[in-house]
Amino acid sequence: MKATFRGGVHPAHGSKRQTQALAIRDFVSDTVQIVMNMNIGAPSNPCVKKGDHVKIGQVIGEPVGALGIPVHASVSGEVVSVEPLPYLTEAPAMCVTIKNDFQEEWEELHPLGNVETVDPAQIIPAIKNAGICGMGGASFPTHVKLSIRPDQHCDYVLANGAECETHITCDDRLMRENATRVVDGLRAVMRAMNVKEGIIGIEDNKPEAIAAMEKACQGREGVRVQVMKTKYPQGGEKQLIKVLTGREVPSGGLPIQCGCVVVNVGTCAAIADAVIDGRPVIDRVLTVTGAVREPANLRVRIGTITADIIGECGGYSVDPGKIFFGGAMTGLCVPNDGAPVAKSTNGIVVFSREDAVSAEEDPCIRCGKCVDACPIGLNPYDMKISADVEKWDDCKKKHVMDCMLCGACAFICPARRWLTPSFKIAKQKIAEQAKKEAAAK
Amino acid sequence: MSLILSSAPHIRAKDNTQRLMLNVIISLLPCVAAGIYYFGWRAALVIAVSTVSAVAAELIWQKLARKKVRIYDLSAVVTGLLLGLTVPPSAPWWMLVIGSFFAIMVVKQLFGGIGDNFLNPALAARAVLLASWPALMTAGYNVGRFDAVTTPTPLLSSASTMDLLLGNVTGAVGETCKIAILLGFVWLLITGTIRWEIPVITVASACLLGWLLGTDPLTTVLTGGLLFGAVYMATDYVTSPMNRLARILYAVGIGVIIVLIRKYGSYPEGVTYAILLMNIAAPLFDRIPVQRIYGHTKAKKEGK
Repeated sequence: MKATFRGGVHPAHGSKRQTQALAIRDFVSDTVQIVMNMNIGAPSNPCVKKGDHVKIGQVIGEPVGALGIPVHASVSGEVVSVEPLPYLTEAPAMCVTIKNDFQEEWEELHPLGNVETVDPAQIIPAIKNAGICGMGGASFPTHVKLSIRPDQHCDYVLANGAECETHITCDDRLMRENATRVVDGLRAVMRAMNVKEGIIGIEDNKPEAIAAMEKACQGREGVRVQVMKTKYPQGGEKQLIKVLTGREVPSGGLPIQCGCVVVNVGTCAAIADAVIDGRPVIDRVLTVTGAVREPANLRVRIGTITADIIGECGGYSVDPGKIFFGGAMTGLCVPNDGAPVAKSTNGIVVFSREDAVSAEEDPCIRCGKCVDACPIGLNPYDMKISADVEKWDDCKKKHVMDCMLCGACAFICPARRWLTPSFKIAKQKIAEQAKKEAAAK
Repeated sequence: MSLILSSAPHIRAKDNTQRLMLNVIISLLPCVAAGIYYFGWRAALVIAVSTVSAVAAELIWQKLARKKVRIYDLSAVVTGLLLGLTVPPSAPWWMLVIGSFFAIMVVKQLFGGIGDNFLNPALAARAVLLASWPALMTAGYNVGRFDAVTTPTPLLSSASTMDLLLGNVTGAVGETCKIAILLGFVWLLITGTIRWEIPVITVASACLLGWLLGTDPLTTVLTGGLLFGAVYMATDYVTSPMNRLARILYAVGIGVIIVLIRKYGSYPEGVTYAILLMNIAAPLFDRIPVQRIYGHTKAKKEGK
């Protein structure tokens, strides 16, 4: 019996089959625009100025605040600007733009060596110094996630290789091509946190990745692969924990409250690089697909501009109507192809004009498909009624704060209702309200 | 470059409202065919009049009320078809027009249109016709129909089980041929249009209670409008509950009321009223917090 969770949907995975078969290849562009706020938390503070020469791996942004992580130069060359630039849909963000001299000059690295013999106390600082944040999309600083309080206890480290999102195949390829690195990273986390059990969860539509990871796990202490049913959102943190351990994250809580830590397989590989080679995050693998001539899995430097990546993939195959970072269920739209790749960008998907158009909302026909699809057990139709009339308190009573915005309900809705976007707004409004109330006190 | 910016998800499932309604229409085709086969051109006329007038009613209302015309969602076609299939083939055309207009304008549109009606439009219209013109609605009905029987039925001898299965008996246009209904049911299931719970549990609970009260389960299933009602009427999205457990309770309620009406009521047909009664109760069932929310413990729920 393959493990799975309640609810969920089965979006078409058509383009995945195409990019699954493509090996990761490198792409280095002439310019990178590195954003200072790639992680959750305060933006990093740029510590280089225009005209400076930087080496690969040199710190160009210093961490700020409790959730801060450093940002590193991803190419060697000259800093051409340090200024706020438009980034995604939010307000302009501080960016360091570097012109690549293609000398591939590296800053001196401080490798710690084998993950099995390194002093466990050195692992988390190494992860912080490498500027690692969740590479599956969440971009939460990894060292913060792994630094648990003395009263907390962790039983399982779960490596998330589900890759349940549509279009994205970078984790699949990474597991096939760099399986040992993924296991090394998982082991590093287990040793750093003194955890005995590590489980790698992979959906059953990635047989090669499963085989590669099982092989890499052989002879390694406490790690194993668990095959899961292919269903969206299998890779949601809450669903993954439930399926792999039978435990549940308490409402409003964190995985550590049920003794689990979840790390994406891409993050695991980055951790291995940080510990074994002392190498900071300067690149990542992402999937470029949709309306591009040659879809690909590319290893690109952090800060590479979308347009350069599309150019590397043969250009647009049709007039683009929409571009988003991530899969089609949760991806974030970019306003133009000038947006740079961040540490958490796992894919760039281009839609044609026809595919980009959103259907108009029809009246709810009370079919209940959203209720069946919700992996949390919420009543999306009911929350939507309150959200439509902006009754945020009612939304809260209907547990909208438990919604993880996976998009399953909106995907399945035959009336094409904008369920997930409404809940996103509701969650924001409720959070703002709570902040205001806290400030008033 | 002008790109569309929108919130995720960026893809939607294939089935929209129109496709789901089309699936229901396709699933009704065997019943339409069987009706025409057994009752001839009259059946075709009945179905055509009810369907056309239902769509016309929808169009007229939406034009007059200056609302968006939604006849292309095909829900009015489904309502018209369902009404046409549940009246006797001898029903006069004017009665069908009244029925369709009542279904669409009063039951559906006055309450806000698709999704907002609390009764199944076709069924409510059928109930109104039955109350207004009982003779016309039961014409040729009591002869071969077995709903009226209150004891293990001697009438069963007049029709073999095979005749009942094939629909070779008198009755409403689309309700008699059980094979056709089952074909439609299978289509609805494989296309994911409806879930199995409501039809199966409605029939099962009716059979069980009927059997406890001394009716042969085969008689319960094969006579009257039980099967048609369970597959096509009780499963109406708008008027059935949204949660799984609520749907099961709702289906049991329908099965029980059907048997009680058949056994102890003065009406020949229990299915219509049973479903309408449970339609009214459906929103109440949805209020039962039947689903456990991920990460919520019982204690926490009670604390609220």
